[in-house]
Amino acid sequence: MLCNVCKENEATVHLTQMIEGKIKKVDLCETCSKSKGVDDPTGFSLADLLLGLSAAQEAELPTAGPGLACPQCGHTQADFKKSGRLGCPRCYEVFREGLEGLLKSMHKGTKHVGKVPLMLQENRTMKERLKSLQGKLEAAVSREDFESAAILRDEIKQTHDRLESTPVTQPEGS
Amino acid sequence: MSTTIHDFLIPAGEAAKRTGPADKIVLSSRVRLARNLRQFPFPGTGKKGDRLKVLDVLRPAVEGLPQMAERFSDTLENLSPMDKQILVERHLVSREHAAKGAGSGLVLNREETLCVMINEEDHLRMQSLRPGLQLREAWHSLDKVDSALEGTLDFAFSFDLGYLTACPTNLGTGIRVSAMLHLPGLVLSEQINQIIQAVNKLGLAVRGLYGEGTEALGNVFQVSNQMTLGETEGDIVERINKVLAQLIDHEENARGSLLEKKPSMLFNHIGRAYGIVANAHCISSKETMNLLSLMRLGVDMGLFPGVQRSLVDELFITTQPAHLQLGLSEKLSAEERDLARADMLRERLKLVQRPTRSASNGGGAEKASKT
Repeated sequence: MLCNVCKENEATVHLTQMIEGKIKKVDLCETCSKSKGVDDPTGFSLADLLLGLSAAQEAELPTAGPGLACPQCGHTQADFKKSGRLGCPRCYEVFREGLEGLLKSMHKGTKHVGKVPLMLQENRTMKERLKSLQGKLEAAVSREDFESAAILRDEIKQTHDRLESTPVTQPEGS
Repeated sequence: MSTTIHDFLIPAGEAAKRTGPADKIVLSSRVRLARNLRQFPFPGTGKKGDRLKVLDVLRPAVEGLPQMAERFSDTLENLSPMDKQILVERHLVSREHAAKGAGSGLVLNREETLCVMINEEDHLRMQSLRPGLQLREAWHSLDKVDSALEGTLDFAFSFDLGYLTACPTNLGTGIRVSAMLHLPGLVLSEQINQIIQAVNKLGLAVRGLYGEGTEALGNVFQVSNQMTLGETEGDIVERINKVLAQLIDHEENARGSLLEKKPSMLFNHIGRAYGIVANAHCISSKETMNLLSLMRLGVDMGLFPGVQRSLVDELFITTQPAHLQLGLSEKLSAEERDLARADMLRERLKLVQRPTRSASNGGGAEKASKT
């Protein structure tokens, strides 16, 4: 059995640990177990090692192949595999598919539920409002309720102007 | 600005006197947020020019915070290796950040409760620091800082993935909530490995004194969240709070049962630690930390009447390599430092009486049982 980390030497250290109800196994050679601090139980977290490993393994899976590069920063799939880091914010769109499994394995969920920058939050609320107003306008026009339509048109214009005046670049994936 | 970091930092003796809830076991609380600017590559990928531009944008924004009215602010290239090591020993910057040069920066407030690293692994790594167990307070104050900054800075954010970070392990909230714990009872009673495994199972990491990949010197362990996506900041803080409350209980129980069931073993460890640390003529910083940890335990258990915990905590700081070098004019080798460290310890501990079994029991009880 070869070591999971260097994939060169014979594995002599075998670890099993329960993480979130699943049994995870790692096989390491003498050298890698020392460098990962496995011989010093206090400084060692199997979870770290597993996360690092699965990062490397998952990174090979993506459909687009190792040649895929970010048009913004030039970071490639191979760079990601090597460093475990993305190159720029744009990379998250470019490598999105390949990241999905990885994110699932390392996080509680794959959808952000925490803090949202206030301006983006307001921006999103206004956009939603704009959409609903436009729907109402269409309905009013189709039933020839031109009085309501005029009021709605004013409200749409106001909301639209406020949106325009907010200096926010809308993030992708919204 | 001519203030050096040494002039700015709160003296070790004062820093050690800061108190907080449960500080017998919880040395400190920390919350960190990672943020990046949308328009720039992450620091690890960007060219030096990109990092300098990011620093030019972020440094004034951070300095302009009301919380930073009185501050230390500098670029990493302006700091000497000694300065950087001092900052690491005070747990104000990561070892990774200390290794950085041009294009990276540091802004620290007067109280040392807010410390911002610029161009570490992410463009912004903001940390809120508190003595004792104060994770909620640390999070709330950092949340305010973040909200103030997002008004002027265009953070990389997606509604789906949250705040975008260089490493996917920080994605989403970008939050790392951690506490530094002193757990000599669990180590002496050999329960620590079980405890670490149990904490790992809950999705939390347990690390050594200086974070990732470091050993648990002085029985100090750092507990922090691993997951940052799919859970709110508040939930993460509360989850860790619950685990910490249990860890505190376990440590208290371990100390109690050692005292009850294995008092000789306990007093032997503490008595020997005192003996060496107060009388050595040559001692490494690693050995010092492990022995001071036992002395701290002794102080907590009332075995050193009249000795304040802050004395031990101060020595924890001042016996580390860079702090030890600080007061001395010539550069010492590691071996010379071990001599200087022992000299300082003997001097500082010369009035400390050897430990007694109990405050009323006078001396004589510390005779170790031989097995």
